[in-house]
Amino acid sequence: MADQKQVAGAKVEQPLPRAVYEDFLFEEAAMLDEWRLEEWLALFTEESVYEVPRAGAPDTADSAQDLFYIADNYFRLGHRVKRLLDKAAHAEWPRSVQSHLISNVRVRGSDEKGVHVTCRFITHRAKNDVIDIYAGHHNYIFRTIGGKLRILSKRSFLASNSLRDQGKVTIIL
Amino acid sequence: MPDSLVTESKTRGTSMVVDDRENGLFRVNRKAFLDDEVLAMERDRIFSRCWLFLGHASELPNPNDFVTRNVGGKEIIFNRDRKGEFHAFLNTCPHRGAMVERQEAGNSLGFRCFYHGWAFNNNGSYATRHQPGTYPENFNHDGCANLVPVKLEQYRDFYFINYDNGANSLDSYLADAKLVLDIIDQHGPNGMEVAGGAQKYSIRSNWKLLMENSYDGYHAMDTHETYFKYLADAIGGPAELPKVTNVMNLKNGHAAIEGDAPWGRPVAKWIPAWGEKAKTEVDEIKREVIGRVGVEQANRICQLGRNTGIFPNLVINDIMAITVRTFYPVEPGLMNVTAWALGVKGESRDFRKRRLDNFLEFLGPGGFATPDDVEALESAYRGYAAHQLAPWNDISRGLSRGAGEPFRADDEEQMRCFWREWDRRMGGE
Repeated sequence: MADQKQVAGAKVEQPLPRAVYEDFLFEEAAMLDEWRLEEWLALFTEESVYEVPRAGAPDTADSAQDLFYIADNYFRLGHRVKRLLDKAAHAEWPRSVQSHLISNVRVRGSDEKGVHVTCRFITHRAKNDVIDIYAGHHNYIFRTIGGKLRILSKRSFLASNSLRDQGKVTIIL
Repeated sequence: MPDSLVTESKTRGTSMVVDDRENGLFRVNRKAFLDDEVLAMERDRIFSRCWLFLGHASELPNPNDFVTRNVGGKEIIFNRDRKGEFHAFLNTCPHRGAMVERQEAGNSLGFRCFYHGWAFNNNGSYATRHQPGTYPENFNHDGCANLVPVKLEQYRDFYFINYDNGANSLDSYLADAKLVLDIIDQHGPNGMEVAGGAQKYSIRSNWKLLMENSYDGYHAMDTHETYFKYLADAIGGPAELPKVTNVMNLKNGHAAIEGDAPWGRPVAKWIPAWGEKAKTEVDEIKREVIGRVGVEQANRICQLGRNTGIFPNLVINDIMAITVRTFYPVEPGLMNVTAWALGVKGESRDFRKRRLDNFLEFLGPGGFATPDDVEALESAYRGYAAHQLAPWNDISRGLSRGAGEPFRADDEEQMRCFWREWDRRMGGE
C-alpha cells in the first residue's frame, strides 16, 4: 500500500520520519486528555473531517452511505468542541476523565490527498464511577501547511461489534 | 406473579399508576422502574404478548437474504426463502439449542447448526440425512425437528413478530399508528429503505424512560440547549420550537406528537445552509410528493415532523431525519438500544449524505442530543434509589386542561397514553 500511494508528481508530499508523526500524535493525545480542545481543533483545517464509523465498520466505510456515530465536517467539529466546553453538554458535565493511549504508529505512504498514517488506540473515559474503554485504530491523512502538520482527515475505527459496553461516544477518541 | 402490584382500591390496573383526572394528577411509582418482579411481569404480560418490531422489508431485498437479531430477549432469524416469502424463526437448534445462524446478515439457501450438523431449509424445514435406524422412521412427523417459526405480520414495509400465537392481528394492534407508518411510506415514490446499518448501544436506565423521552416535547430546550445553539448557527437564525402542535392518541398505548420545527428535512424542507442547488432539488422532491399525495398530506410529509411511540418499545421519530429505534431491558436498570435510519429509496448520494448528517447531528451515541438524553435517563435512574422517600414521578402536565382544549406537544398526554396501556396490561386485564 505504501508504495502504491507514492505517485510521482509535485503535488504529492513526501512522508516525514515516523517519529515526527508519533510526537504529533502523543501531543494530540495530551490535548484531549487535558481538555485543551480549542488547541486540538487548531490542528485541523477548514477542509478537514473527523469521523467515527459504526463499531466494526471496514476502513472503506463511507459517511454518505453508511450510518456512522460521528461524521463531522469542520463546521460541525467546531460546534462539537464548543459543545464539549459548554456546561450544557450534560453527557460531559461534570467533565469525564480521559486517557488516550497511542501505539503501533505506521506511515503508510502518501498521495495527492496527503500523508497516510495509521495507529492503534486505547481510550479510557471515566464518569459517574463507570469506566468506558474504546479500542481500535485511527486513520489519519496529514498535510504540511505553512510549515506545520495539519490533520486533513481523522477516522477512528472501533475494534468491537457494537457500543453495548460504552453506550456512547461523547468524547473525542 | 406477585399480586402485590394489584391494589384493593383500584378495580383495574396496578398500584403503580395513579390517573386522577378529577384533580388533574397523573403519577407513576418509581418502583415500576426498579423492581425485578415488575420486569418479570413485563416480560410475561407485555413482551410476550405485544407485537414487537422485527425489521424492515428493505433489509431483505432478495430471496434467501437473512438477518439475525435479538427481539424481546430472544434470538431471531428474519429471512426470505427461495420463493421470496418472509419468515421469522427462533434462532435455536431444535436438537440441543445452539444458534443455527451466527452471522448478522447474509444470503443462504439454508441454515446449519455447527454443533451437531443439523440442517434446515430456509423455509425452516428439517433437512438432515441420518443413517437408517438412527431415529424412528416417522421422526419429525410432528415438526419437532423444524426450526420454530414465530408469528409474523407486516404493515407497509414494517415487519413485527408476536410470541403469543393467539394474539390479535397486527392490523388491529397498530390501530391509528398505521397512519404514521403510512406517512413514512409516502416519503418517496418507491417507498423507504434502511440507510447504512444499525447503531447498537445501551443505556443504564429503565426501558420505559426511553419511551417517555422519545416523544417528550417538554425537555427539548433544557436538555438540548447545545443542539439548539448549533442549529441556530447552522440555519442562520433563531431555532425555536413550534407554537402550534398536535398530540395524537393513536390507541392501544400508541401516541405521537406533531409539529413544525426549525431544522431542515431531507423530504422536503429546505434550509439556507444547504445551498441553492439543494433548494432546486428539494423543490422538485416537494412537487413530486404533492402530485402523488395532495397538498395537505404533502405538508405533513414535507413540513411537519412527528415523534411516535408504538407500544411497547418502538419509536419512529420523523424529525430532522427518520430514526426507527427499539429497545429491550436486560435488567431493570439496563437496556439495549438498536437504531436505524430510514431513507427514500433511490435518493441521490448528496441527499443521502445530507439525511445521514441530519441524523448524526442530533441522534445516536455520538450526536449532539441523544447522549444528553441518555445522561438524563441514567441520572434519573440513580435518583430512583431513593424511591422509598421520593416515590412518585409526575406526568400530569396538561392533564387539567379544560374540556375541548387540545393537548400540546410539551404536555405529557402522549406518555399517559403509554402508561395507561402499561397499567392495563400489567394489571392483568
